[in-house]
Amino acid sequence: MLELRNVHKTFNPGTVNAKKALDGLDLTLREGDFVTVIGGNGAGKSTMLNAIAGVWRPDDGQIVIDGQDVTGMAEYKRARFLGRVFQDPMMGTAADMGIEENLALAARRGQHRGLRWGIRPAEREKYRELLHELGLGLEDRLTSKVGLLSGGQRQALTLLMATLKKPKLLLLDEHTAALDPKTAERVLELTERVIGRDHLTTLMVTHNMRDAIQHGNRLVMMHEGRVILDIAGEAKQNLTVEELLEKFSAASGSQFANDRALLS
Amino acid sequence: MTIASLLATMPGAIAQGLIWGIMAIGVYITYKVLDIADLTVDGSICTGGAVCIMLMRANFPLPAAMLIAVLAGMATGLVTGLFHTLMGIPAILAGILTQLSLYSINLKIMGKANQAINARNYDVLVSMQNLRDVPLYDNTILIVAIFVIVLIALLYWFFGTELGCSLRATGCNPNMSRAQGINTGFNKVLGLIISNGIVALSGALLAQYQGFADVQMGRGAIVIGLAAVIIGEALFSRIFRNFALRLLSVVFGGIIYYIVYQTVIWLGLDTDLLKMLSALVVAVFLAVPYWKSRYFARGKRGKAHA
Repeated sequence: MLELRNVHKTFNPGTVNAKKALDGLDLTLREGDFVTVIGGNGAGKSTMLNAIAGVWRPDDGQIVIDGQDVTGMAEYKRARFLGRVFQDPMMGTAADMGIEENLALAARRGQHRGLRWGIRPAEREKYRELLHELGLGLEDRLTSKVGLLSGGQRQALTLLMATLKKPKLLLLDEHTAALDPKTAERVLELTERVIGRDHLTTLMVTHNMRDAIQHGNRLVMMHEGRVILDIAGEAKQNLTVEELLEKFSAASGSQFANDRALLS
Repeated sequence: MTIASLLATMPGAIAQGLIWGIMAIGVYITYKVLDIADLTVDGSICTGGAVCIMLMRANFPLPAAMLIAVLAGMATGLVTGLFHTLMGIPAILAGILTQLSLYSINLKIMGKANQAINARNYDVLVSMQNLRDVPLYDNTILIVAIFVIVLIALLYWFFGTELGCSLRATGCNPNMSRAQGINTGFNKVLGLIISNGIVALSGALLAQYQGFADVQMGRGAIVIGLAAVIIGEALFSRIFRNFALRLLSVVFGGIIYYIVYQTVIWLGLDTDLLKMLSALVVAVFLAVPYWKSRYFARGKRGKAHA
């Protein structure tokens, strides 16, 4: 479903601020894989997701989604394969537009946008139902501006938007990190439900080791722009945070440097 | 300096305000919808006027002259859009570059700095001679008002379509837009084209209204447009929430701007100072939301000094 082959990316090359963010990254996801990604600060987790999404072009290497080489494809074009939820709740929605308008935008991902009316009455009913399932009371506020919603509500809505048209690949970039623990748990629950229902191939970056172990069928640990640990199946289910830290030290030869991950 | 003399200037103020209101709708599309301060308009309003006047002088039928003027304005927007998206030039600088080159182009269109038409010898749609004592169907205020209504209806429809919605999203959150498969570069160019087409329409009407096109006629147009947008928003944003009504409030903003303008002149203010005063008024109004958020945000007062 997804193949990253020897992907390289250096930010600010040739300057004192040069930063090798991805350094020969290889990763292959099979259809239906739910992979959690964990790693220290600057390990390249978000950079990897941005490379897949096409925010910029990698310096070297290949990105293949569903058998199609998308390495040079514009971000907006490959959006038809992808559902994305960002860390910042502000990033995933248009604040000045209504809830239903945001959903209608998402419903047309990968389609030609012409001069037909932007939202049809039948859609509205569908959205009302979907929002009702979220259980956040948003179904009665279809025309409310998204800017009025709380961070948790916005993330739940973004998740709904990302999966409204079933994506080939769902990219979650620490999407609960900016939420309070209780809300984070709810959004994560919802994430699990949607992924299970639609059998979505998913890459979920998280800073929370326990979440990384609890969710998904496969865990990947990154360090200095590469995958250094890839555990799947039963071996993953039986992991503990301590083991994970040990494995990290053994594989990277350094201490795990992510305060948030260690504290949570 | 009698009240009567002030009142006598009002039809003219309203007509001018309406024409500039059309221009301000163009500014609204870039400044408010796309979140781009587009300075092309200082040039493209003149381009619209110049093309219209020159084609009329060449005996083109009026509708054709106006249509071509609008197309010329759209072309200026296309240039700014390509400067911005294809060449990666910051939007505000892209607009300035187009605006500067339009000064030369407008001179070339007209052949000299100023070209006039005599309203008596030409079929004009609007004119400052047609404000009073003319049959209703010839009344300039009515004709421009019809233009405004049709334009707002068209824009209301367009921004409700899938494409129009994606344009609004582009201005609101480009990251999210691209993630939802929206070609934000294309949309920005499209928005600039539409906006400058509207501005050129306003220029074509303005040139007919005053009977000439002048290479200086667009100087500071962006400030007048912004003033109209800001005045309209300040006075009507609480009651006008619908998109069409917001556009209407921009036109009202233009009218109020010109009524105030005429009143200040009537009061005997040195007209040389008017552009400076317009700029200051816009500056203050632009500062108000910033000050509000910085010093009057609820619960954050203590952080204002940090």
